[in-house]
Amino acid sequence: MANSFTRMIAGRNTAVILASIGASTLASGYLLHESAAAAERRKIYPPSADFPDLRKHNNCMAAALTPKMYAHLRDKVTPNDWTLDQCIQTGVDNPGHPFIKTVGMVAGDEESYEVFAEIFDPVIKDRHNGYDPRTMKHPTDLDASKVTSGMFDERYVLSSRVRTGRSIRGLSLPPACSRSERREVERVVVTALAGLKGDLAGRYYSLGEMTDREQQQLIDEHFLFDKPVSPLLTAAGMARDWPDARGIWHNNEKNFLIWVNEEDHTRIISMEKGGNMRRVFERFCRGLKQVEHLILERGWEFMWNERLGYILTCPSNLGTGLRAGVHIRLPLLSKDPRFKKILDNLRLQKRGTGGVDTAATGDTFDISNLDRLGKSEVELVQLVIDGVNYLIECEKRLERGQDIKIPSPIPQFKK
Amino acid sequence: MICYKGRSQVIRLTGELLGRRCWFVSSSVGKIGIFVSTPGSCSNPQVRKQQGSTMPFGNTHNQMKLKFSSEQEYPDLSQHNNHMAKILTPPMYERLRSKQTPSGFTLDDVIQTGVDNPGHPFIMTVGCVAGDEETYEVFKELLDPVIEDRHGGYKPSDKHKTDLNAGNLKGGDDLDPNYVLSSRVRTGRSVRGFCLPPHCSRGERRAVEKLSVEALAALSGDLKGKYYALKNMTDAEQQQLIDDHFLFDKPVSPLLLASGMARDWPDARGIWHNDNKTFLVWVNEEDHLRVISMQKGGNMKEVFNRFCTGLTKIENLFKERGHAFMWNEHLGYVLTCPSNLGTGLRAGVHVKLPKMSKHPKFEDILKKLRLQKRGTGGVDTAAVGGVFDISNADRLGFSEVELVQMVVDGIKLLVDMEKRLEKGQSIDDIMPSQK
Repeated sequence: MANSFTRMIAGRNTAVILASIGASTLASGYLLHESAAAAERRKIYPPSADFPDLRKHNNCMAAALTPKMYAHLRDKVTPNDWTLDQCIQTGVDNPGHPFIKTVGMVAGDEESYEVFAEIFDPVIKDRHNGYDPRTMKHPTDLDASKVTSGMFDERYVLSSRVRTGRSIRGLSLPPACSRSERREVERVVVTALAGLKGDLAGRYYSLGEMTDREQQQLIDEHFLFDKPVSPLLTAAGMARDWPDARGIWHNNEKNFLIWVNEEDHTRIISMEKGGNMRRVFERFCRGLKQVEHLILERGWEFMWNERLGYILTCPSNLGTGLRAGVHIRLPLLSKDPRFKKILDNLRLQKRGTGGVDTAATGDTFDISNLDRLGKSEVELVQLVIDGVNYLIECEKRLERGQDIKIPSPIPQFKK
Repeated sequence: MICYKGRSQVIRLTGELLGRRCWFVSSSVGKIGIFVSTPGSCSNPQVRKQQGSTMPFGNTHNQMKLKFSSEQEYPDLSQHNNHMAKILTPPMYERLRSKQTPSGFTLDDVIQTGVDNPGHPFIMTVGCVAGDEETYEVFKELLDPVIEDRHGGYKPSDKHKTDLNAGNLKGGDDLDPNYVLSSRVRTGRSVRGFCLPPHCSRGERRAVEKLSVEALAALSGDLKGKYYALKNMTDAEQQQLIDDHFLFDKPVSPLLLASGMARDWPDARGIWHNDNKTFLVWVNEEDHLRVISMQKGGNMKEVFNRFCTGLTKIENLFKERGHAFMWNEHLGYVLTCPSNLGTGLRAGVHVKLPKMSKHPKFEDILKKLRLQKRGTGGVDTAAVGGVFDISNADRLGFSEVELVQMVVDGIKLLVDMEKRLEKGQSIDDIMPSQK
């Protein structure tokens, strides 16, 4: 990753200067003047007056935020004038579920993670099983050739998929972006994607302009995403101005797909029917590298740094932002009381085939990696491959009337 | 949920979206200085303190946006059918985008709800909100024409009459209770000096709650009552309030959510009502205060009496504590939703009109009487069993007494008509003229 550069934007009068650079620190200077109205308000409403009531809350933000931290951070802003209150609004508005712990905060821009590190770091540590951004480094590895096995038994695995997200450095993230920034993201990404060739050549469908027929086609293929309805997302402001500058790109072969300006600047998905996870991951890495190359040519780059990996809107997607998974039939294993423990130890999670928050229908599950940060892409995909193979092995053993074993837990971080 | 497919867009509408809110922002003759920020402050890549935009919520990072051209920022309103979309033009956007009110409310904040909710092809929503009293002044270029459009030609130079003298109402105590099942008058009030629900910080919202609770605690006699904070109420209290039809819940309408008024729910929200359960105040729902007087039967005069008495007492209690309601000569009472400017008053009854409602001239009669109908579940619900919620259509340009008078006279006539139709008689000779 390049350390710093000034980007030239065609057609703009002023260059947008980059603020944060990798793992660099920000100077903690303050501008000398502030308006009288602002000072007056700060006197009438000290931070204690604004501290949110989090007594009924069960999310990572609520667990980490203290009045002292709030007082320290409330009046700070990122270079784009994004504030702490804006980061945590979604967590204040959505107390969370008593059984599931949501994250409860979002970033408005790359600098949010620096300016508000005091709250983001403990939240990241909580969410990512002890990963400490202050001391640890995140490994990035998109060399698909390192992966072994990766061809699943298709009597069990119905489809394979790998997804991640990427943010364009220098433009605000979906909770915060203005309409022109969002449109700029669309322009940058679509221009770059037009440069893809061969099996990656494809086409962009803008959400606001697609015909009814195109829309129906995309729904049938399970490609179309719609305006978010989850209050977790809408409270963060990422659905503003819908469907302006949102769209879907996919290649002609329909196995490489990019969402533009949904929950992140881009979501990149490689998928196909069947169990050839190796090919899915290979195409994923190749496609990602080519897209990155195409935007670098035009003077843009992805948000990335050593301590947090790829920067995305939700802290839960930091690091690799990667979810590699399969739709798999496990009629016997799913009824075994040890199923959950086996998944836990393999560091896998199950979801219904409708995606997160859906229940499984029948015996078919969506099984994918739990972790995102602290392990590289190759490591996570290998983990999924090995884990799924183990699950298939268990299923086969149960079919034969043999007993199965709970595997020993996979260690957390390599340090 | 109704799905309307535009040319290439699925516009989702919920029942509450239809006609619920038309937002206007109008200018008030503000006594508070207007802060107009200009572009040119540097985008210093250092940790900074907040500038003029002191209230953190919303698109207050206006300075950053000014680096982009007006064209690049202008919203796509091609699928839109609301007042804001009709009035806003690119040159207007360019002139107004660099402005902000003293608390940091910007043009994008005003219009966000209208951008996010294109509206319905048959019903015209307003598409803007106010974040504070000064919004109406700073963005008058947009809001004056929107108000004029929404409030039947009300001009920027017009003056609004306030009349809360219940003694001026003629009649209203004799609506036939066989037809008129209940009577209700509601309005809203904003406390001057605090930002409105789309923009207020938690500290401000709590301050409004504290003030309101203190003022209401001083009411006595038949107005003596109790406050129930939404976040503290017991299950038993909650159930009672639901049974009494008093409890309000977190808004679900995308029109309201997109404007930011549901933030931090249920912090600093609550319901106050008197022991008799005939006078009710909502705190920090869609406005700072919503004041409701209601009772079963057709004695609108009594309802309005209590309404005026209660409101006046509350206003005095606030004044004793050094706070006034937002009001000015041109716009009357200033509220979040521009559709509620002026009186903010909706006086209505639940009335049985099974025969009238099937009469071909029903809609026309209502229009001439300056009344509107809704289902008894409230706005956007359908009438059930011939029972309608009938209320005044206007808010601005008529006084409170005038509006309630229209309702009283209009309902009297409608009930007479219903009785005639029951007897098989004609109603042609008592058709009203346009009020």
